[in-house]
Amino acid sequence: MTTAQKNTHAIDISALKREDRKSVEQLETCIKVENLDLFYGQKQALHGVNMEMPRKKVTAYIGPSGCGKSTLLRCINRMNDLVDGVSIKGKILLDGEDIYDKSVNVAALRRRVGMVFQKPNPFPKTIYENVAYGLRIQGINDRRILDEVVEKSLRGAALWDEMKDRLNDNALGMSGGQQQRLVIARAIAIEPEVILLDEPASALDPISTLKIEELINELKEKYTIVIVTHNMQQAARVSDFTAFMYMGELIEFGETSELFTNPAKKQTEDYITGRYG
Amino acid sequence: MIKAWFKSGSPWIWMTAGAVSLNLILVVGLLLLIAVRGLGHFWPADIIEYRYQDRDGPESSIIGEAVATSLLPAAQARAAGHELLDNGEYLVQHLVKTGNRDILGSDFRWIQQQYIHSQSTPDDLIMVERREWGNFYGRLLAVKEDGAVIAQGEQAWQVAQQKLAAVLEQHDEIDSLQDHEVGAINYELERLRLKQRALELKNVWNDAAKQEFAALKQTYEKQYQAIQQQIGKLSKESKRYSLVVAEAGQKEISLPLNRVVKMTRPNTMSVLDKCIEYVGNFATFVSDEPREANTEGGIFPAIFGTVLMVMLMAVVVTPFGVIAAVYLREYAKQGFITRVIRIAVNNLAGVPSIVYGVFGLGFFVYIIGGNIDRLFFPEAAPAPVFGTPGLLWASLTLALMTLPVVIVATEEGLSRIPKSIREGSLALGATKAETLWRTVLPMASPAIMTGLILAVARAAGEVAPLMLVGVVKLAPTLPLDGNFPYLHLDRKFMHLGFHIYDVGFQSPNVEAARPLVYATSLLLVMVIIGLNMFAISIRNNLREKYRALEN
Repeated sequence: MTTAQKNTHAIDISALKREDRKSVEQLETCIKVENLDLFYGQKQALHGVNMEMPRKKVTAYIGPSGCGKSTLLRCINRMNDLVDGVSIKGKILLDGEDIYDKSVNVAALRRRVGMVFQKPNPFPKTIYENVAYGLRIQGINDRRILDEVVEKSLRGAALWDEMKDRLNDNALGMSGGQQQRLVIARAIAIEPEVILLDEPASALDPISTLKIEELINELKEKYTIVIVTHNMQQAARVSDFTAFMYMGELIEFGETSELFTNPAKKQTEDYITGRYG
Repeated sequence: MIKAWFKSGSPWIWMTAGAVSLNLILVVGLLLLIAVRGLGHFWPADIIEYRYQDRDGPESSIIGEAVATSLLPAAQARAAGHELLDNGEYLVQHLVKTGNRDILGSDFRWIQQQYIHSQSTPDDLIMVERREWGNFYGRLLAVKEDGAVIAQGEQAWQVAQQKLAAVLEQHDEIDSLQDHEVGAINYELERLRLKQRALELKNVWNDAAKQEFAALKQTYEKQYQAIQQQIGKLSKESKRYSLVVAEAGQKEISLPLNRVVKMTRPNTMSVLDKCIEYVGNFATFVSDEPREANTEGGIFPAIFGTVLMVMLMAVVVTPFGVIAAVYLREYAKQGFITRVIRIAVNNLAGVPSIVYGVFGLGFFVYIIGGNIDRLFFPEAAPAPVFGTPGLLWASLTLALMTLPVVIVATEEGLSRIPKSIREGSLALGATKAETLWRTVLPMASPAIMTGLILAVARAAGEVAPLMLVGVVKLAPTLPLDGNFPYLHLDRKFMHLGFHIYDVGFQSPNVEAARPLVYATSLLLVMVIIGLNMFAISIRNNLREKYRALEN
């Protein structure tokens, strides 16, 4: 795409953006962020973020390091609660319910919103026990149910064929890519609605990355997925919607194809064309 | 040149390596010294017969084992009033274990080399280990049955060994009856008495109860009578035999066979025989009960008491230490107060152990134990049950003493669990407590075991506080036996560390006690090493299982 083309698109920003919004609104909203401010002590990390993430789609957060995309992601399953001195204003609605409401059971929320971290973090247990962990927490110890779920989850994470004979091996003996898929299997074993992926492929080699991306494509059939990534090609490849964040603010949010080909804001364009960040 | 050498860093390497070597030498040297001195005690030494005549006596015979030799410089010897016949540089003296304390008044005697006319190791010299008065050294003349001689001369030895085996069997049987059967009946009778007293205190000591108790008492009495009869029969049987022996001075002595533990003729033994004898001696030492103010026999009760006390301590200290560490590290808000608590905990580890002993006596024994007695054992008054030093209080005192070590080690372990693991668990919908139980604590378990290993090492070697809270010189019964409730936490117990102190410093028989001090020390070290190896093997298993994330 030439600069000229880009510029012509840029002229119709308002029109396109309205269209974008429409297409978002047509889809059922799963997570809605309303005027979210977040402070680490005195320092404000998120400034008035508003966003609606559609159900069973992949939403990617991109932006330079320290822009708050991981922070925003961790707000969705209240992982930030664990950090000392965090205060939050605003709302995040999951299926219309405010997850920061006092009556919300955080553990139950996290069962609905699973999360996969940057570095694979399997427990030092067997592969089987890693996947069964979430169920055992819920008090499910019936071997038949566990067997079934473990198989289903490992299949879901495209790991079953590799691992079906090694279920009782220690998970720490797997490769990094396998570990990351195991962690995904562990997350889908408890059948969440939403899966948050915090730079899930950044610690992996290209082939493992490819496998994870393929997996994300399959998972969106069943789950709403939010992914943070540093890699714009990855965002372009896997996501349906993309949010660009900068300095704690949501700069632009829209359909991925639109945002990458025809960004509405100058900052977005500068970022995706590699002028900073 | 030298400057370059310094710059190269070699002096530093030499220094560090030297420090390590020095440490190794010290540790190995310590163990070797204890091992050599202690283990030598069990070797069946030859019995030597000396023909001896000093300045003012007629020639006489001395029979015994050579224990040590000392060289006294001539000047000192003269100053001490000794005469040197050959005007040599040194006065050579030998320490001989002559035994026969009942005749000679002491087990050991110093003799001077210059007065020895001759020395030999005749085959017919025997060593008899007796239940009282220590060893006997001399010659076997005859064996008597009911006062009549049944064997003499060379034949006597064979017969004596046969009869001794039978008598020992009877003795063991009597012992087992005394310990188990009679002990159990006494225990039941005591419980009956306490029950009666309890009923009296409650004012429900009526005729029905009286009858019931009388009946019970009668059955116990009957059982007791039966056992006594059995014991009487056995002991009468075992008293039938006696040995006629001659000591060095040819005086004939009658030695009842049931007072004999063992008799050997070391001079006739081959090296292999001696090795077998040696292993047997060591096994006896480890498995037998002490005799004669702890200077003879074995140290089994002390080993048992040490191990049991340490295990109880471990059972108490682990949960407390871990729970405290979990609160400090996981739940408490990190700040000034937690810092103060940590400093206090670390300082507690430096408090002298005797202070813990004093605290244990004042708090556990008098306050807690006294109140337990008042509330739960009023029938035993005025005799205390828990209001007196005992196994439970000793374990608790040591648990308190080692608590800081476990807390510090556990905290260290908890802080090393990567955050990502906790987040992984929380993200799966686990609460903080579930995360702790299912993931964090198992992963921290090797560190907890490290704390426990340090605690065990410190507790097993501790003596001073125990003297205040439950250790005794000689405990009549083990704290673990076949009488309900099997584990008697209120009983006093024996301990290897205290045993060393007692044998070494409180014993009337210094020369006899010395090798025992070394042997007991060796055993104590071995017990501690054993306990530690056990804990270390558990830790290594856990480590293997919960190998932390490497990346």
